[in-house]
Amino acid sequence: MTTAVRTVGIRKSYGTHEVLKGIDIDVAHGEVLCILGPSGSGKSTLLRCINHLEVPDGGYAWVDGQIIGYALRGDVLQELPVHQLRQQQSQLGMVFQHFNLFSHKTVLENVIEGPVVVRRQSRDTAIAKARALLEMVGMSAREQAYPAQLSGGQKQRVAIARALAMEPRVMLFDEPTSALDPELVGEVLEVMRRLASSGTTMIVVTHEIGFAREVADRVVVMIDGEVRECGPAQSVLSDPADPRVRAFLSRFLTETPTITTSNSE
Amino acid sequence: MTQTAEQITDASRLPSAEGLRRRALRHPGHWIGGAVIVALLALLVRSFATGNIQWAVVGEFLTAPTIIRGFVWTLLITAAALVLGIVLGFVFGMMRLSANPVMRGTAALYVWIFRGTPVLLQLLIWFNIALVFPTLYIPGLIDAKMVAVVTPFVAAVIGLGVNEGSYLTEVVRGGIQSVDRGQVEAAHTLGMTPVQTMRRIILPQTIRMILPVLGNSAAGMLKFSSLAATISMTEMLNAAQRIYFINGAVIELLFVCAIWYLAGTTVLSVIQYYLERHFGRSTVVGARPSRGLRSFFKTREA
Ligand SMILES: Nc1ncnc2c1ncn2[C@@H]1O[C@H](COP(=O)(O)OP(=O)(O)O)[C@@H](O)[C@H]1O
Ligand SMILES: [Mg+2]
Repeated sequence: MTTAVRTVGIRKSYGTHEVLKGIDIDVAHGEVLCILGPSGSGKSTLLRCINHLEVPDGGYAWVDGQIIGYALRGDVLQELPVHQLRQQQSQLGMVFQHFNLFSHKTVLENVIEGPVVVRRQSRDTAIAKARALLEMVGMSAREQAYPAQLSGGQKQRVAIARALAMEPRVMLFDEPTSALDPELVGEVLEVMRRLASSGTTMIVVTHEIGFAREVADRVVVMIDGEVRECGPAQSVLSDPADPRVRAFLSRFLTETPTITTSNSE
Repeated sequence: MTQTAEQITDASRLPSAEGLRRRALRHPGHWIGGAVIVALLALLVRSFATGNIQWAVVGEFLTAPTIIRGFVWTLLITAAALVLGIVLGFVFGMMRLSANPVMRGTAALYVWIFRGTPVLLQLLIWFNIALVFPTLYIPGLIDAKMVAVVTPFVAAVIGLGVNEGSYLTEVVRGGIQSVDRGQVEAAHTLGMTPVQTMRRIILPQTIRMILPVLGNSAAGMLKFSSLAATISMTEMLNAAQRIYFINGAVIELLFVCAIWYLAGTTVLSVIQYYLERHFGRSTVVGARPSRGLRSFFKTREA
C-alpha cells in the first residue's frame, strides 16, 4: 500500500504549553486510522496542524505528494501564498465536532458551496452531485432545510456530505459524534462505516472504541502530545504495551463493549 | 373579590375533572386605568381640535408643491446619506479587523473623529469646506471651484453619511466578530479564500445581525436630514420655514412636516419588517423558506 498522509515531527506549543511533541504518523491509501486519547492530549490540534488550520511550530504534514502550507526549497520550507494553501486545504475534507454548517444556507447550498465557489463547477453539475451525496448520507428529504431546523445527527451527516463534495484525498474527522445525543450517534457512525468500506482514506479522532475496533485498520493512542501506542486496532485495544495507555483504555474496557446499532432513517 | 384558596383536606371530596368550568381572574384595575387614559387622550384631542390651530391650513399645505418638493429632497438626502453611511460602515468595519495595523489605525481614527464631534458641526464644516480648499483638483478627473461642487445637497449627504458611517463601522465590526469562528474555519477547509469567505459566509450573516440597527439608522437619518435646513438646503423643514415666515402659520406647517416624517418612518418600519423576515428565514426553526422577497432578491433558485 502506498502512503497517503505522513506527518513528520509535528510540534506545536501554545505559550509555554507544548501540546504536540513531535508527531510522526503514516496513513496508507484507503486506510482508516483512529486516534484515541484523553481529552487535552492534542488530538484536535494534530488534525488542525495536518490541514493547516493551525500552523505547526515544527515539522510538517505531507499529503499525496504535497507538503501542506509550504514549498520545499532546498532545506527551506517556504510558506505558500494563501490561495495555494486553500487549494491544498480543499483536498482535505474536515468534519468538525460542532458541524460548523453555514447557518444562512440551506442543506443543498451548504453542499454545493465548495464545488461552485472553489472548484468553479456549474451550479447544475454541483447540484446533481450534491443530491447524490445527500442521498448517500440519507438527507435527501431535507435539502431545502436550514441547519437550525435539523437534529445534531442530521447536521453532521450534511457536514460529511459537504466535505465529500470536494472529492478530498483524505477525510479528517474530529470527534464527529461527541456533540450528539446518544441515540443519534449510530446514524453518523453508519455513514462513516460506509465511507470506510468504499475505500476512503480516513483519520478519525473519536471516543467510540466500538467503532475503532470494528472499522479502524490501525489505532493511535495519544497522551500528553505524544504517540504512546500505534498498531493494528485489535492488538492496541486489547493488549496495549504502554501502562498509561492501558490505564486510559481500561476506562472503556471495563464497560461492556457496545456495538453501535445503525438507525439511519 | 379576592379569595384565598381553601384547604381541601379530604382527597375523596375532590371533584372529578369533567363538568368543572374555569373562570378567568378579573382585572378591574386594567379597565379603570384604561378608562382614565382614554379620557385624558380625548381631552388632548379636544384641546388640539379647539386650540389655536387651523386644521384647514394643515390640510391645504399637506400637499402643497413646495412641501412635496421639500419632502422629495428629504427622501433623497436620506437615501443617499444612508447608502454612503452603510458603504463606509462596511469598508471601515472590515478595516477595523484587518491584520494590517495601518488599516486598523485609519479606521479607528475615522471613528474617533466623526463619532466624537456633533453632526451639526460636521454639516457646517462640510458646507464651508470651500474656505479651506477653494478649488477641488484631482488630476485628470476634476478641476472645479469647491463652492460649485459642494452644494448644500452634497454637503448634507456627505456630512450625514460620513457621520453615520462612523457609527456603523463599530456596528459592522461587532457583527463580523459575532459570526461563528467554526463556520469561517469550515470555509477555509473547503478552500475558500479570505475574500470569498468574507463575501459568502461572513457578510451575509453580519447583515442579518445588524439589520435592526440599520432600520434605526434609516429612521434616524430621515429625521436628521432636517438638520440640512441649517445649511440652506430646501428640504421639507426648510421649505416649511420659508412658507411660515411669510404666512405666519407656524404651527400648522410644523404639523405638516410632522405628518410627513411620521409617514416616512412608518413606511421604513414596514420595509424593515420584511427585510428582517427575509434575512431571518434561516433562523426560524421548523419553517419553510419564505417566498415573496426571496424570489425578489434571487432570480435563480437552487
Ligand atoms: N488556541 C489555543 N490556545 C491555547 N491553548 C490551546 C488552544 N487550542 C488548544 N489548546 C490546548 O492544547 C491542548 C490540547 O488541545 P486539543 O488538541 O484540543 O486536545 P484534544 O483534542 O485531544 O482534547 C489543551 O490543553 C488545550 O487547552
Ligand atoms: Mg478535541
